[in-house]
Amino acid sequence: MNRKEIIEIVNKFLIEDIEVEQEALVEEAFLKEDLGIDSLDFVDIVVVVEQNFGFKIKPEEMSRVKTLSQFYDYIEGKLNAS
Amino acid sequence: MKRVVITGLGVYSCIGQDKEEVRNGLYRGTCGIGTDPLRTAYGYRSPLTGMVPRPDLKGALNRRQRTCLPEEGEYAFVATEEAFKDAGIDMDYLEKNETGILYGNDSSSKAVIESHEICVEKKDTTLMGSGAIFQSMNSTVSMNLSTIFKLRGINMTISAACASGSHTIGLATMFIRLGLQDLIVCGGAQETSYLSMASFDGLSAFSTRADDPKRSSRPFDKNRDGLVPSGGAATLILEEYEHALKRGAHIYAEVAGYGFSSNGAHISQPSDEGSALAMIRALKDARMDAGAIDYINAHATSTVIGDTYEAIAIDRIFGAHRTPVSSTKGMTGHECWMAGASEIVYTLLMMRDSFIAPNINLEEPDDNSKKLNIIAKTLDRELNICLSNSFGFGGTNSALILKKL
Repeated sequence: MNRKEIIEIVNKFLIEDIEVEQEALVEEAFLKEDLGIDSLDFVDIVVVVEQNFGFKIKPEEMSRVKTLSQFYDYIEGKLNAS
Repeated sequence: MKRVVITGLGVYSCIGQDKEEVRNGLYRGTCGIGTDPLRTAYGYRSPLTGMVPRPDLKGALNRRQRTCLPEEGEYAFVATEEAFKDAGIDMDYLEKNETGILYGNDSSSKAVIESHEICVEKKDTTLMGSGAIFQSMNSTVSMNLSTIFKLRGINMTISAACASGSHTIGLATMFIRLGLQDLIVCGGAQETSYLSMASFDGLSAFSTRADDPKRSSRPFDKNRDGLVPSGGAATLILEEYEHALKRGAHIYAEVAGYGFSSNGAHISQPSDEGSALAMIRALKDARMDAGAIDYINAHATSTVIGDTYEAIAIDRIFGAHRTPVSSTKGMTGHECWMAGASEIVYTLLMMRDSFIAPNINLEEPDDNSKKLNIIAKTLDRELNICLSNSFGFGGTNSALILKKL
């Protein structure tokens, strides 16, 4: 899966499942401060990532992910590693 | 002691999705019971259930709010929104004034079962999602409504089996009488998913007249063969009398009396003595004699034993007065945790529009129900003072008396 495909999938579930506004989805956006994703939303992101990409996010790894760009990087890295 | 009145109603049930639809259903004797094929496939003895559609709340609530809300919470949200509107209370009022909530609920099965299934398959609790804990607790309705409507007063769920909804009104009355709160949201919610009622079905408590759903729930009828589970939600706004006058609110009725008792006996079998004690205490609390009551909304669920004991108890107290009685459960089925609240809504609608809703499917009374003045067909009649009974597993009993002002 290439980065473009990852971005499409992530943005789709952020819009549809997490109800983030489409125009807010810019790579430099901070997940918490700009997209309004709180600790409960992170739990649901773990669920949708598992459903869409087939791996389980580890909370300690996710704590280093601050921006949307880093989130794409994180998923890309996990998929490439597997 | 302060006085307590009801200034707002909301209801979402199998006979209507707002109070006016429900009022018309009650007047016409509409039955909201049908069959659910999922129940048969799952192993139920009876596929009968009240048919309650799920409301679409996308647009009305944000994702976080919807994620935490179980089925019965959705019904409760719709009913509560209607009740607040009816009472003339908006978000601006709620942000500026302390309002409480005492809501009846006694299960939230679907989230519990589905979370378990996820964990069995995935071996990972995080994959249950963020809403599972908030959906699966008994207090799910009060915790969700208090956050959605920004309520800052007393905040808890009352779990008292099929008397839950009724006790919320009695307890809220106590809080307001004592001057601790001016306004409390009361009510009851009941899930209808096939996952919620299987163990109850396992007791052979449900009617199996699946070939004739509209005639399956037949309170007080000699040929009744069990209750029909149903659900939805009903909300009432209870308010201190002077507070309601100052707001210029419409007053449906005063909560004039609350009586409670516990049988202290069998876990599932009711008792004429316990039921009678709740009614006697409600009359005493209201400082009324039995002859003052214009109508009794019976608990009668259409089980052989439950209706029998209630008929004995009603006859003992009200027999000399030939007080009109009906159970609305022939139309609605047994709304369980919701029933004590919904039947107050039904009774208030009857009081408002001067009629007694029919005890449908009463074709042949048995020896005990023969002694009661059961209203089998809709009766136009002015009602000023009414009593509503609710009884539940564990022998919890509640009776409420409503008085028009």
